[in-house]
Amino acid sequence: MVTTTNITKTYQKGTVKAVDNVSFSVEKGELFGLIGPDGAGKSSIFRMLTTLLLPDSGSATVAGHDIVTDYQRIRSKVGYMPGRFSLYPDLSIEENLHFFATVFNTTVKENYHLIEDIYVQIAPFGKRRAGKLSGGMKQKLALCCALIHKPTVLFLDEPTTGVDPVSRREFWEMLKRLRQQGITILVSTPYMDEASLCDRIALIQNGSILSIDSPQGIADAYPSSLYAVQANDLPRLIHVLPTYHPHMHSYLFGEYIHLDTRGMGGHDLPEELTRFLAAEGFGDIEVKPIAPTIEDCFINMLIRHDT
Amino acid sequence: MTHREPVISAEKLTKRFGDFIATNEITFEVYKGEIFGFLGANGAGKTTAMRMLCGLSIPSSGRATIAGFDIYRQTEQIKRHIGYMSQKFSLYEDLTVLENIRFFGGIYGLDNHQLKSKSEVLIERLGLQAERKKLVGELPLGWKQKLAFSVSILHEPRIVFLDEPTGGVDPVTRRQFWAMIYEAAESGITVFVTTHYMDEAEYCNRISIMVDGRINALGTPGELKRQFNEPSMDGVFYQLARGAKRGD
Repeated sequence: MVTTTNITKTYQKGTVKAVDNVSFSVEKGELFGLIGPDGAGKSSIFRMLTTLLLPDSGSATVAGHDIVTDYQRIRSKVGYMPGRFSLYPDLSIEENLHFFATVFNTTVKENYHLIEDIYVQIAPFGKRRAGKLSGGMKQKLALCCALIHKPTVLFLDEPTTGVDPVSRREFWEMLKRLRQQGITILVSTPYMDEASLCDRIALIQNGSILSIDSPQGIADAYPSSLYAVQANDLPRLIHVLPTYHPHMHSYLFGEYIHLDTRGMGGHDLPEELTRFLAAEGFGDIEVKPIAPTIEDCFINMLIRHDT
Repeated sequence: MTHREPVISAEKLTKRFGDFIATNEITFEVYKGEIFGFLGANGAGKTTAMRMLCGLSIPSSGRATIAGFDIYRQTEQIKRHIGYMSQKFSLYEDLTVLENIRFFGGIYGLDNHQLKSKSEVLIERLGLQAERKKLVGELPLGWKQKLAFSVSILHEPRIVFLDEPTGGVDPVTRRQFWAMIYEAAESGITVFVTTHYMDEAEYCNRISIMVDGRINALGTPGELKRQFNEPSMDGVFYQLARGAKRGD
C-alpha cells in the first residue's frame, strides 16, 4: 500500500540531511509505526508520502500512485493528521468536520460509521470552536477530520506526543478499531512503549532506518544478553555497576538498571554479579535475565552506532 | 534525606477561573535537594499549579512560600530564585549558543563578569566549544535540551522547574539528561519536574499525582506502588488517572 525506495530529503541547500536513503513498504491493512526521537526524519517522510514535499532523490508510491507524478490522486486517498494542530480554530467542531467532508466531495453522513466511535466523545461540544478545545479533544477532532473521506491510507504524525499515559492508551485502542475496518495506518511516535502496539515498526534516527521488523522480531534479534539489576542504593549502583566489567553497558530503566553484557559474561553472571555487589556493600541485590523492550533495542542500536 | 528543609511549601493552594476550579486545595512540601515529580493527566491542573508556584499567577486562596518567599506578595523575588525550562519553550533558535547563555543569564540577574566566566565553564562542560557561535536552531534536540537545562540553573537557583523536559528526546539522551538532573540535585538545587514517561517517575525521590485539580497521591515511588498494589508506576498512574472526570 505504501512503498519507498531510497528516498532522500535534504534542507538548507543540501547541508542538512533529514531523510537519508530510506526504503520500506507497508502492506494493506497494516498498522505500521515509525519510531524515533524528534528530528529523526519522521515528519519529513510523512510529508513526502502525503505529497506535501518533494524528495531530492528516490521514489515512493502510495496506494499504487507515484508521489511525484500522480500526486493529485494520492491526495484524495490519504488522510493526514500532522503533528501540529492544523484545523481551523475559528470554526466549530461541526463546521470543521463538515468542511473537510465537503472538500473531499463527500458528506459527514456517508462515512459517519468510520468516526462514530470517536466523534460521540466530542459531539456534546459540537458548537464549540476548535481553538477552544482541550488537547485531547483537538486530537480526536483532527482524527475525525482525517477520516471523514474514508481514506485508503491514514498518516498520523506523532498523535500522542505530550499526551498523558491514560489518554495515549485510549488513542491506541481507537487505532486498533480503525485497523479492523481495513484502513492502512502509518503512525509515528517518540514513545518507545507504543511500538509494541504496531504490526511492524521501523526504528529511525538521524534520517536513517536502524531496523524494520515486527516488535517481537526486533526484540528477538537483540544481539546479547540483558539483565535487570536492583539494589538498596540505586543512585550509587549507577556509578558502581560500570566498574564490574568495562565492556558491558548499563543504564537506568525505571526502578532497575539494565545491564547489556555485550557478549561478555556467562550463565553464572547473576551469581557473580551478586557477589561483586555484595562485596561493594550493597544489600537487597536482585539480578535477573530479562527480555529486551523496544527501548532497550533502540538504546543498543544507538550505542553500537556511536562506538 | 537527612535535612528536611522545605523549599516549597503549599497549603490548600487553589486557583479558580469563574466556576472552574483548576487547582483545588493542594497541600504539599518539597525539600532542599529533592527531585519532586509532579504528575497528572492532561487537564488535571498541573500547569496552573506550576504557574502559581513560579509567581506568574496569583492564587484564588490558600498559602504558599517558594524559597521562603510569599506567593502573593513576593513574586519578583520568587522569579529571581527559580529556574524554568520546558520542552515547548527553552532557548531562542535564532541566537547562537553563546548569545542564548548571555541573554538568559542576564535575565536571571548575572552581571557581565559572572556571565563571562560562567558561560566559558558551561560551554566547556557541555563540550560545545566548536558550536559556541552556532545558532541554537542548528543543534540536535538532545543538545538543545541539555543546554537549556544548564542555562536554567546558571544563576544557581534554589529551585528549578522542568515542564516535560524530555519529551521527544531519544532514549540515550533522555538518560544523560537525568544524569544532569541528579547532579543538580546533589549540588543542592531542588528539582520540580513534570513528565509523561512513567519510567522517569521512578527516578524521582517523591512524586505527586494530580487528578481533577487535587493531589490524590503523594509519596516515594516505592510507597505509591505498595499503596496501590501495583508493580509499576505506570499501573499506579493508570489506576488514579482513569477515574478522572474532567479535562481530556
